[in-house]
Amino acid sequence: MATLIIILILVLFLGAILTGGYNKRFLERMQQSDLWSWITTVDHKRIGILYLISGGFFFAVAGLEALLIRIQLMVPNNAFIVGDTYNQLTTMHGTTMLFLVALPILFALMNFIVPLQIGARDVAFPFLNSLGYWLYVSGGLLLNLSWIFGGAPDAGWTNYATLALNDYSPGPGVNYYVLGLQISGIGTLISAINFITTIVNMRAPGMSYLRLPLFTWTTFVTSAIIMFAFPPLTAGLFMMMFDRIFGATFFSTAGGGNVTVWEHIFWIFGHPEVYLLILPAFGVFSEVIPTFSKKRLFGYHSMVFAVVLIGFLGFMVWLHHMFTVGLGPVANSIFAISTMAIAVPTGIKIFNWLFTMWGGRIRFTTAMLYAAGFIVTFVMGGVTGVMLATVPADLQFHDTYFVVAHFHYVIIGGTVMGMLAGFYYWWPKMFGRVLNEKLGKWSFWFFYLGIHLAFFPQHFLGLNGMPRRVFTFEANKGFETGNMVSTIGTFLMTIGVLILLYNVVWTLRKGKQADADPWDGRTLEWAVSSPPPVYNFAQTPRVRGLDAWWLEKVHGDGKLKPAEPLGLIHMPSPSHLPFIMAVGFFISGFGFVFHSWQVGALGLVVVFIMMYVRSFQEDHGYHLQPDELKGQGVDS
Amino acid sequence: MKIEEKTASVAGGIPAEPEKATLEGKNKIVGFWLFLAAESTLFATEMGAYVALKGSHMNGPASHELFQLPMVAISTLILLVSSLTSVLGIMSMHAHDSKKMLFWFRVTILLGAAFLVLESYEFMEYVHAGHILSGSAFASSFYLLLGTHGAHVLFGVLWILGLVIQGAKKGITVHTAPKFYLASLYWHFIDVVWIFIFTVVYLMGMVT
Amino acid sequence: MKRRLPAWWLLTIPGLLAGCVSRNNMSALDPQGPVGKSQLNLIYLSTGIMTFVVIVVAAIYIYVVLRYRERPGDEKKGIPEQVAGSKKLEILWTAIPVLLLIILAVPTISTTFTLDKKPDPEESIRVNVIGYQYWWGFEYPDHKVSTSNEVHIPVGKKVDFVMKSHDVIHAFWVPSLGGKQDLNPGRQDRIVLQADKPGVYEGKCAELCGASHALMNFRVIAHKPDDFDRWIASQRKPDSTPKTVQAREGRRLFNQNCIGCHAVRGGGFKVEGRTGPELTAFSERTRIAGILPNNEKNLKDWLRNPQGFKPGNRMPAFDHLTEKQLDALSVYLESLK
Repeated sequence: MATLIIILILVLFLGAILTGGYNKRFLERMQQSDLWSWITTVDHKRIGILYLISGGFFFAVAGLEALLIRIQLMVPNNAFIVGDTYNQLTTMHGTTMLFLVALPILFALMNFIVPLQIGARDVAFPFLNSLGYWLYVSGGLLLNLSWIFGGAPDAGWTNYATLALNDYSPGPGVNYYVLGLQISGIGTLISAINFITTIVNMRAPGMSYLRLPLFTWTTFVTSAIIMFAFPPLTAGLFMMMFDRIFGATFFSTAGGGNVTVWEHIFWIFGHPEVYLLILPAFGVFSEVIPTFSKKRLFGYHSMVFAVVLIGFLGFMVWLHHMFTVGLGPVANSIFAISTMAIAVPTGIKIFNWLFTMWGGRIRFTTAMLYAAGFIVTFVMGGVTGVMLATVPADLQFHDTYFVVAHFHYVIIGGTVMGMLAGFYYWWPKMFGRVLNEKLGKWSFWFFYLGIHLAFFPQHFLGLNGMPRRVFTFEANKGFETGNMVSTIGTFLMTIGVLILLYNVVWTLRKGKQADADPWDGRTLEWAVSSPPPVYNFAQTPRVRGLDAWWLEKVHGDGKLKPAEPLGLIHMPSPSHLPFIMAVGFFISGFGFVFHSWQVGALGLVVVFIMMYVRSFQEDHGYHLQPDELKGQGVDS
Repeated sequence: MKIEEKTASVAGGIPAEPEKATLEGKNKIVGFWLFLAAESTLFATEMGAYVALKGSHMNGPASHELFQLPMVAISTLILLVSSLTSVLGIMSMHAHDSKKMLFWFRVTILLGAAFLVLESYEFMEYVHAGHILSGSAFASSFYLLLGTHGAHVLFGVLWILGLVIQGAKKGITVHTAPKFYLASLYWHFIDVVWIFIFTVVYLMGMVT
Repeated sequence: MKRRLPAWWLLTIPGLLAGCVSRNNMSALDPQGPVGKSQLNLIYLSTGIMTFVVIVVAAIYIYVVLRYRERPGDEKKGIPEQVAGSKKLEILWTAIPVLLLIILAVPTISTTFTLDKKPDPEESIRVNVIGYQYWWGFEYPDHKVSTSNEVHIPVGKKVDFVMKSHDVIHAFWVPSLGGKQDLNPGRQDRIVLQADKPGVYEGKCAELCGASHALMNFRVIAHKPDDFDRWIASQRKPDSTPKTVQAREGRRLFNQNCIGCHAVRGGGFKVEGRTGPELTAFSERTRIAGILPNNEKNLKDWLRNPQGFKPGNRMPAFDHLTEKQLDALSVYLESLK
């Protein structure tokens, strides 16, 4: 019956869309609203801002989860949050942070900055860009709705079978995990393809591959990693979904399934996943450090080479997450070596950054503080990574708080600090105002101190016998101090984030207006106004070397050389179809979560119809007259 | 720059390679190759899982007891021919002969549909033989792999159907040409995937 | 502050390493057997090399940050020299890490292969381990003896733990003796450990296995060989005959309520229950359910509300029993030897 009602509503809904609505005036009013223009936008800059907002929202959610976890672990034998609820918190904290926070906020920066850095007017597929964003939102919301309807997934972000199968996780929780990640994963894949195509095809004349700014390079490699890492996850999630919803037996031992298959598939995806999180952060630092040291990047070529190599090796190391599975000494040794090998290109990068600063003139703005704080923090996280590759030692480290300390050091010390550095660095470009530096520095010191307090003691908790994902620990076993300090560190980080939030609100109202180039930047995005016009560049620039904008400032006349005459600019038209497709996927996901294949199929039908509508649409965009042309007698 | 020159050289008409004539078309082709690369990883993973699990047929039939090669061979032949007809379609597109192009794509649709019918029949036979999704890890991984491929064929058939309708209305333009080109790339891709499936699943499945 | 912070952190590393060893019978830094010791050697070696790396980076870093930070008046000096790179330096910092990694890789691989060696059955004792949500079953196939949540081993002898999981993936971890092996459903896994000194070593489940993963504890109790033989002998002839009226009432209640899941060997009981931990010689256990100190009060609390102590476990509450019945039941259980 419920299914019938849903179908009926959807048919009406579809009918309304296809026939142009029952109330034309209402539709017109809606189409002129701001909300509608954001929903239908295909502008890479606005989509970047949307990613930032949603990423920020999920960050707040996952951060709160982390806070609750740490409060529970503040004292031994605490009964604040125990058992399944605790497992839901850790699962959702990890899943949300990795899939819905880290990557999307990096996508925000990539979306906004990469087209500007390569001198393009937009990304290659503006429509798909919007679709990718809305799929991410729809998957993310579906995943988080689990808190309200039926309980969140609780089998860990790794979701190992058989714990994740119906027998041991009977609620809908893991279904949410499977479908939420499936949907947002499609969005991620689409965005990755979009970025690569943009970088391959849309570079301004003269912007050869070896003149690309490092952030663009890391975007390129990250997207390539996504392209090869997310489909295995998709396949794995299919299997998990079939096991849970359609009674297949990929992982259930009763039907001859194999739990190790999931572990392999998950880590074939999972390890590249963490590298695709760290590389864009490397890119941000490779922009921030030269800018604020007033020096070009030391060893540009080896930096590019290192990024590509890390991306490649990222696929060769997944087994180091499975040393305790018992796959034999030969396999373990091979993967130990390949894991250690990754330290080499990473080391090259660290030293190149240090030597970029060497001999420079370092200005400690907030962005640079994050970059500087990153170097030592990340090295500390990186070296424990090598220690984890030492197989016999890893047998002790594995699944303990030592690992928790390690990956928080690299993900917070690397990815999050990179995000925040990029946030302070590019905020003026995105919003036209400079974030308050004084607040920024306060926020940095709280956050930075917080990271070390929160995660440094965890190394020793792990070594002294505290497994990860435990909701409590015994008294008088030497775990009290470490856990208490760790929780205090989390509070400091929270204060840092709150100051950051206050800074954002303050700046949006009273912040200093930013000119086009507030930091004396080196790359093309600093050549256009802050925020940039909708068409980015009135004339496509001609790039004459690495650090194209710096080159023009120091060796040229401080203006970009145009590669084309002034003229009308072709723009893609906005579209509401991506949003509706995302709604379709959402409905489908929701249906499957509750084992209703009818609703599931229906959502997919909506998606398919929208694809047809899109295919039949004659959408050639429109032409825009740039400000530079206005008053010169050219009609649009 | 080059684009305008190219378009200009065929004054008023369509360029020689209409699918690559616009930046949009070029983007689509690059993007679609990337998409196919990603799809390959998807199929590779599913095939890996199949190879890992195919021994666990539990109480159900094993692969060599189940598969009927003659029927599969016919399916294979049909899909191979359909790949050929889509090539003929693209060749007609390059010759600017929209009628011929539409004809070949219609044939492709028919062959694709025929493949789907045969596959459904084959699956029904298997179900009768006790080879069902929930029966064993072998069956699960078999149906996932074959099902993903079948879903791709179905999607391709519906897609090309849409394109044929559009093509009949609009003819070959710089906007429709990339679509046909991509559809044919896609069709080749699922054909190649099938060849792998035929080898790994069926031929190797006959070896006990 | 900005300048000193990294240096300060650096100085704490060796100090913390030495000062942070917990003598808690469950520290990887305080191993009590050859496996744990060889693993600790690698932990030390890798920590040493890596501390060296951190020190080098931090030293350069501190120098750079102090020496090259912008000072008032620097604007007049013009733009710093735009150095593109340096082949020599870049080769240097590629080669040195490779060297360091080789130093680490060689003992890593040799130890990996050593630890994987299967023990000679003559010189080792085999213990089967079965992981359940959230308790551990142990069997001594050579001695036809079984127990749960507390595994007794002789010192100085290799113990071949052969493991299976009954439901989900668990991981068998005794930090003091050496880590760690997953129990994969549908597979047989093994780990070989040895204790050098008699003592009680804490064990943990290290792979998320459900609601009470945190409470899936066990103990390894290492005895001198003679004591171990005595323990085995007593386990082969367990004493489960009730001696008082109250204990007899307890046994009756046990037969009524518990036997479906919990087995007690000897004294006329058949080993029926397999879904809950075996309770043979229960009075000799140090803990109830692996978490509570073993005394009558805790036992009664546990019987009344097992979910309150170990959320998600399969034991129902026996709060319908009267206080008197609970007394009898716990007296009986605490009389099992």
